[in-house]
Amino acid sequence: MTIETDVLWLDEHRAVSLRELVETSGLGEAELLELVHSGALPALEGVSGYTFSARVVTVARTACRLRDDFELDTRGLSVALKLLERVRDLEEEIARLRAELPR
Amino acid sequence: MKYTDYYAALGVERGASADEIKKAYRRLAQKYHPDVSKEPGAEARFKEVAEAYQTLKDAEKRAAYDALGSRPQGEEFRPPPDWASRHGGSGFEQTSFDDVDFADLFSRFGARGARGAMPGQDFEVPVEISIEDAFRGTMLSLSLSMPEYDGNGQMRRVPQTVKARIGAGAVDGQRLRLPGKGGKGFQGGRDGDLYLDISLKPHALYRATGHDLYLDLPLTPSEAALGASLEIPTLAGPVNLKIPAGTSSGRKLRLSGRGLPMPRGGAGDLFAVAQIVVPATLSDRERESYQRLAEGSDFEPRRHFRGEAA
Repeated sequence: MTIETDVLWLDEHRAVSLRELVETSGLGEAELLELVHSGALPALEGVSGYTFSARVVTVARTACRLRDDFELDTRGLSVALKLLERVRDLEEEIARLRAELPR
Repeated sequence: MKYTDYYAALGVERGASADEIKKAYRRLAQKYHPDVSKEPGAEARFKEVAEAYQTLKDAEKRAAYDALGSRPQGEEFRPPPDWASRHGGSGFEQTSFDDVDFADLFSRFGARGARGAMPGQDFEVPVEISIEDAFRGTMLSLSLSMPEYDGNGQMRRVPQTVKARIGAGAVDGQRLRLPGKGGKGFQGGRDGDLYLDISLKPHALYRATGHDLYLDLPLTPSEAALGASLEIPTLAGPVNLKIPAGTSSGRKLRLSGRGLPMPRGGAGDLFAVAQIVVPATLSDRERESYQRLAEGSDFEPRRHFRGEAA
């Protein structure tokens, strides 16, 4: 069976609602809001209700995997997500510096 | 189907306690979890570990697994004739096991007892595309094996080809979602999603970072010293670039908007990084020219070694 389909870009140009984030991440609404309030998941500012950049879908899905695979509570998840974010930032910085270096 | 030794996957004895199994899983999960591990093959190894733990942590599934006996890893086998009725329940009675994966055998335990709708499984697939495809956009053709449940909750893997148009502008690390293209839902549950994790293949000329591209630009000493107008390859075709006189190695010359396009318009930049190169061997004429240049020049690039201004 062959299926042709369009794709949704999970980037900063697209916004997702809290309900959509619950549906795509596997986390519950209360867990997501706790992660938002701890600063581990950034919500879009200046928007009524809770709305997120579509990039957050990937982070929330990672949180769900970590919760399930390591049996982490929300506080543990918050710490893990912040550390993973720092690792990601550093990896991007290294990749940028490597790209600037001659072969 | 091929037998999988779940105890070996977790590195425990067959008689291990539930606590020993849990500890072994946690140790291996910390080492191989794909979200935290950079070890080669970590994702595949974690999949084995997680599959083993999902079965052995559940007393009912573990008893069914143990009833299959101990076999060499990878050995072709069929479950004993009475295994399904003794351990599988009604959901397995009609099963021939001909097209069942070993992992699916135990994943059914949850499904067969389920009542009502169950959402389909989400899948994440890594996809490597070329820088040219990121520049122009591309049609991906993915051959997948997707789980589907029949009315009894029995799962089968169904081959499926998904064609997805990726518009221009994908970058390394870009994530894409294909709603409803994952595993089929059960009894009216929504279909799962397919997620694509895009990475860019290494390129012979360009190095990408975000939407910007870097290109090594080899220059002769005279081109670097005197300046030049050179033809530079870009993804949209060659362009002329003016090399300013007095260009040193490492200087970045920016070609605005010649990088990768952005999905909502605009484009990154292309940086040509100057590299002054000299021939490994010199002809007599070249040697004489370099000697005349050395004798006639008062350029001193190492003044700062002596504490003088460069």
